[in-house]
Amino acid sequence: MCGIAGIVNFRDRHETPSRELLTAMISAIRYRGPDEYGMYRDVRAGLVHARLSLIDLTTGQQPLANEDGSLWIVFNGEIFNYVELKRDLLALGHRFRTNSDTEVIVHAYEAWGDGCFPKMNGQWALAIWDSRARRLILSRDRIGVRPLYVRERDGRVWFASEAKAMFADPSVPREIDPRGLDQTFTYWASLPPVSLFKGIEELAPGSTRTYEGDGSSRDTIYWRPSYPVSAPEEYPLTLDQATEALAEKIETATRLRILRADVPVGSYLSGGLDSSLTAWMGRKAKEGVFQTYSIRFEDAEYDETEYQRAMAATIDSNHQEVVIRRSDIAQVFPEVVRHAERPILRTAPAPLYLLSKLVRDSGIKAVLTGEGADEMLAGYDIFREAKIRHFWSRQPESTVRPRLFERLYPYLARSPQQAKGMALQFWKKGLDRAGQPGFSHDPRWWTTSQLKRFFSPDIRAAVAAQPPQDLLAELPPQFGRWDPLGQAQYLEVVTLLSGYLISSQGDRMLMAHSVEGRFPFLDAEVMDFCNGLPPEYKLAGLNEKFILKRVARGAIPEKIINRPKQPYRAPDAASFVEGDAPEYVAELLSEDSLHQAGLLETGAVRGLYAKCLARARESGGEAVFSNADNMGLVGLISVQLLHQQFIRGDGSAPGGGIVYTTMIDRAPLQQLSGTA
Amino acid sequence: MTEADIRSRVHEFIRKNFLFDDHITVKDDQSLLGTGVVDSTGILELIAFLEGTCGVKFADSELVADNFDSVDKISSFMAGKLPTPKA
Repeated sequence: MCGIAGIVNFRDRHETPSRELLTAMISAIRYRGPDEYGMYRDVRAGLVHARLSLIDLTTGQQPLANEDGSLWIVFNGEIFNYVELKRDLLALGHRFRTNSDTEVIVHAYEAWGDGCFPKMNGQWALAIWDSRARRLILSRDRIGVRPLYVRERDGRVWFASEAKAMFADPSVPREIDPRGLDQTFTYWASLPPVSLFKGIEELAPGSTRTYEGDGSSRDTIYWRPSYPVSAPEEYPLTLDQATEALAEKIETATRLRILRADVPVGSYLSGGLDSSLTAWMGRKAKEGVFQTYSIRFEDAEYDETEYQRAMAATIDSNHQEVVIRRSDIAQVFPEVVRHAERPILRTAPAPLYLLSKLVRDSGIKAVLTGEGADEMLAGYDIFREAKIRHFWSRQPESTVRPRLFERLYPYLARSPQQAKGMALQFWKKGLDRAGQPGFSHDPRWWTTSQLKRFFSPDIRAAVAAQPPQDLLAELPPQFGRWDPLGQAQYLEVVTLLSGYLISSQGDRMLMAHSVEGRFPFLDAEVMDFCNGLPPEYKLAGLNEKFILKRVARGAIPEKIINRPKQPYRAPDAASFVEGDAPEYVAELLSEDSLHQAGLLETGAVRGLYAKCLARARESGGEAVFSNADNMGLVGLISVQLLHQQFIRGDGSAPGGGIVYTTMIDRAPLQQLSGTA
Repeated sequence: MTEADIRSRVHEFIRKNFLFDDHITVKDDQSLLGTGVVDSTGILELIAFLEGTCGVKFADSELVADNFDSVDKISSFMAGKLPTPKA
C-alpha cells in the first residue's frame, strides 16, 4: 500500500521532470508509504513511489520493471489473486525475479495488455510506463478503493494518488472547481472525472486510461456494477444454496486478505454485523494473536461499545479502543479535510482518523473492515425507504401504505401526530417520480441540494455556466431493466460508496496514519455474486441484509445479528459550536475569511453559524441540531478548510526528507547521448 | 397581535433561521417542507417559536403539517387560536 506520482512528457519541448520536483511530489504524500521510497526517471518520464511494505518485504521495491527494462510500474494497492495469476503467467513462459504482486501486474500487462485488469482481483491505483512504445497506462480497481488523479496539459501528464502531490509542482494552478462543489452538495461526492480542483481529473473507478506517444488518450471502462435483468424465479440457487455460496465467497475473500500479507492484519469492529463477520472469519484464517480496534463515543447516542466488546470476546481478540469526545472531532477536523481533499458533510471521518492512529501506534499496518456490505447486500435505510415509497406511489392518497415507515422508524409509531405528519410530508415529495431513475435517491439529493443556498453568487453563476454533468444521463444502458433495488444499489455504489465512504472515510483516513484497509465485501467475486442475487434475498420485505444474517447465524452473537441497523455517526455541528470549540472555527467563518475565499455567501454562513452558536449556548451542551443545520455547518467549515489548505496553501504538511532505496535514473545518460 | 403581525414575524423567523438571507422571501402559499426551506426538525423550531412569541400552546392533535406548512396556513391557523383583537 503506497503512494504513487509521476510526470510524463509527450512533447519534446517539455523539460525532463527533475529529481527535485518528483521528490517534492512524493514527499507531499509520504505518509501513504513511509517504509521505502523509489524513483525511476528517463528523459520523458519520472515515476515515484512511497512504499508501505506488506507483501514481499525484501524484494518488492518499486518502481519495478519487466525483464528487459522497457516497462516500468508504480503501484498502490494489492492484487489478492496474484499467486493464481502468476501460475498462469509461468505457464505462458514468463520468468519472475521477485515474490511481489507488483511484478505479476507487469507480466500480466505484457501477456494480456489492457485485458489484464479484469483478471485482477484487488484494490489498486497504478501507472505503467512503456518507455519503448511511449505509452502510459493508468488503471484503478473496480470500485475505487485506491485513489488516482490525473492532470493533462499541453502534452504533459501528471498523475498522483492525491491531488496535493500535484500541487507540489508550483506550475500546477490551485483552484476550486465549482462543478466539484456543486456535485458534492448534491450527491455527497464529486463524480469522476470531475474533482474538487479545476484541471485535475479523478480517474473513474473500474476504468483504465491509456496515453499514446502522440499524447492522445482513451478511457476504457472494464467494470461497472451490474444487476439481473431476468426474473428472480430464474435464479438458479435456492436461498439455502445461495447462503452457503455467499458464506464461502466472503470467507475466501477474507482469508486472502489475511494471508496475502507478510505482516499481521488486524480488524476493525464497529459493533455491527458486517465487521463482526469479517473479523470472525479473519480470526479463523490464521493462528496467533488477532488485533481488533473500535471507536467508542463519550456521547452515548453514538456509542456501540457493548456490541464491540461482545464480538471481541467471542473471537478472543486483543481488543483496543479509542474514546472520542466532541472536542477531539473539532480538533482533528482540519487534518481530516487536508487528507480527504474534499468537502465532507458529516464529521464521521474524524473518529476514523483517530482510530487509524491507534492501529499504527500498536504496530499494525493493515486492517479488515466491513465496508461494502451495506451497498452489496442492501443494508441502508435508503433502500428500505425507496421500497416503501414505491409501494406508496401506487396509491398516493393512501394513509395506510405510508404507515410502513413506522416499521422502519419505530419512533414514528410512538411519536405524536406532528412528527409523523412532517416526516410523511418529506417522503411524499416526488412520489410521482416512481419508476424514474434516481427515485430512490431523490430525498437525499434534494435535501442535500438545499445547502447550495450557501454558495456565493460567483459559484452559482459558474455552476450555471457549465454544462451539467448529470449522473442520471450517464447510466449504463441496462439500468432501466434492473429491479428498483438494483437501480438504487448502483446509484449508492457510484456516489456514496466510491466518492465518500471508501475515500474520505476510508482510504484517506487510514493512509493518513499509514494503515491499509482491506475490504472482503469489495472483493471482485463477492461483489459480482451479491449483485447477481435476486432482490428479495437481500432485502426480504423490509428485512435488510437478509441473506447475510443467515450467513452470520452461529458465528456472531445473536444480539448483534438482531439489533436494528445503526448508522455510523459522530457528533456533527455540536463539535464546532460548544464552549471548547477550537479558535480556527470562528476564524474560518469570519467575514474576512469567507469574503477572501469567495466560495460561500457570507451573510448566510454567518447566520447559520450564529444560530448554531446560540442553540449550543442556550441548551448547555444538550442542543439538538436539525439534519439541515448539521450538514450545513460541517459542510461549510470543510469548504473553508479546503480553501485555506489547498488554495491559499498547497496542501502540504511540514517535515520529513526522502531517502531513496530505489533510484534508476536514465535521464543524464540519455541526455548526453541524445537518445530521447 | 394581528394576523399581519404574525405573518411578518413568521417571515422574519424563516429568514433568520432557515434562509439566512435578507433578500429572499418565501411566498405565502409556498410549502415549507415540500420546497425544502424547512426540514422536519426545523418545523419544530418554528412551532416552538410560535408558542414562545404568541403565548399559545398547541395540542398534539393540532401539530399536523396542514397547519404549519406555509405562511398562509400558519397565519390562518394562528388567527383562530388568538383572541380577537379589540377594534
